[in-house]
Amino acid sequence: MAALLEVKGLKAFYGQTQSLYDIGFEIPNGGITTLLGANGAGKTTTLRAICNMVRTEGTIRFDGKDIAGQATEEIVRLRIAHVPDGRGTFTTLTVDENLRVAAYTRRDKAAVQADLERVFGYFPRLKERLQQQAGTLSGGEQQMLAIARALMLRPRLMLLDEPSFGLAPLIVVEIFRILRRINEDEKVSILLVEQNAALALDLATHAYLLETGRVVMSGPSAVIKDDENVRKSYLGY
Amino acid sequence: MEQFTQQVASGLANGAIYACVALALVMIYVSTDHINFAQGEMAMFSTYISWQLMSWGLSFWTAFIAAVAFSFVLGVIIERVILRPLHNAPVLSIIVVFIGLLAICNSMAGAIWSYLIKEFPSPFPKSSFGIAGVIGPHQLGVVMVTLIVLGLLFVFFRYTPLGLAMRAAAQNPQMARLVGVRVDWMLALGWGLAASVGAVAGIMVAHIVYLDPNMMGGILLYAFASALVGGISNPGGAVVGGFIVGVLENMVAFAGNQIEKVTGVYIIGNGEKLTVALIIVIFVLTVKPAGLFGRVVVKRV
Repeated sequence: MAALLEVKGLKAFYGQTQSLYDIGFEIPNGGITTLLGANGAGKTTTLRAICNMVRTEGTIRFDGKDIAGQATEEIVRLRIAHVPDGRGTFTTLTVDENLRVAAYTRRDKAAVQADLERVFGYFPRLKERLQQQAGTLSGGEQQMLAIARALMLRPRLMLLDEPSFGLAPLIVVEIFRILRRINEDEKVSILLVEQNAALALDLATHAYLLETGRVVMSGPSAVIKDDENVRKSYLGY
Repeated sequence: MEQFTQQVASGLANGAIYACVALALVMIYVSTDHINFAQGEMAMFSTYISWQLMSWGLSFWTAFIAAVAFSFVLGVIIERVILRPLHNAPVLSIIVVFIGLLAICNSMAGAIWSYLIKEFPSPFPKSSFGIAGVIGPHQLGVVMVTLIVLGLLFVFFRYTPLGLAMRAAAQNPQMARLVGVRVDWMLALGWGLAASVGAVAGIMVAHIVYLDPNMMGGILLYAFASALVGGISNPGGAVVGGFIVGVLENMVAFAGNQIEKVTGVYIIGNGEKLTVALIIVIFVLTVKPAGLFGRVVVKRV
């Protein structure tokens, strides 16, 4: 299986501060990959670097083409959907508008409508709240909205930044179940950043472990899960 | 009584102008957090363009549309060329640029067309327009044109994908990029639209205040007061605020005149209208900083 996203020697900087040091990883087409690590390890920065939201050096290949240095909005238009930390809700827009803005470049109205219906299949609750201001949704609903909006981009690759953050355990389980369905039904490859390592390793087929801006371990989830250090430090048993 | 309704009517006409300029200010404010001090002078410059086109023989409405289109392009160019390099500049630098723009527009208009006050025609026919004793033909026309422009803008922002993208870019630029919106172009487009709306206001008001390079100075203050009254971050509020300020200033002057008539004591009159605007600004800033329809933003520290 060819790699959909290939990252080599990736460095990232906030001002003068370097926060990624020669990160490298691959995301197989159609797979789910997870980046694990403690706070400050560089997980969020890695996702931002892929979308050129921080200053970066190194190569980032998407579908064989080098995308490093392109503007964020152009990278997104290659169908890489980034669900950022904090969910990025357009709080003053309605739920409906939040979803439609992701399809604003598209002229095929019928297909957009079909996509909306498909997205409501995953998140029926959003359909009930269509005309509500998005800022008034609960945390779980806003996370659903963020994923739904990403789906409206018809992504080939979805970057998810801590979808479980601040949510009740039951909601988290529901969202992860939906992510698996999305991966299987839509053939969307997923790169998942999570603090909740147990959940992430269950969902993903491959995992990379970050520490202070470097990849310190990688491999199939099953192998990582059984590693003694990972178990102690990240899984807590 | 007739005097009263006339004062209300002319207040509404002025208010329509203030509403347009206030809306232009708010459109740029919501997407950049800056108040464009040059908004009035840009509108004045556009008004001269329309005057020039008319003096070359074009009809009023052709010149109107051409000047509004010209303003749109000019607004886009100003944003792309002058403000783009300043995206991450400190607030003070941007304010200085706005003041510079103000001075450039003003002196260029003076250099090209001289500082002599010119008469500006009204496109609204005297006979068939207006209601005798209530509202004059030009006043009624101004209110109608403004309402049409505001209606078009509302439809654009509310119901078109591009308008939606502009609102998204203003509300959360980073997230807008992440759904593929070209935020930089949305800003430029916002500048273009703001300049166009300003041009409409300038061309409509020129018949009332006459055409000269300083014609928009006071109006910008009124517009600023209107935007503050309505809530500086609320486009609808700015429009309502415009009408409120327009009527209010006339009412204050009217009341002053009545008092003078009855008691012979002069307290306040037409000459103090601008003072009223400034008092409104200070009053709103102290008592209700968020305006009538503005949202209070609470920041956790």
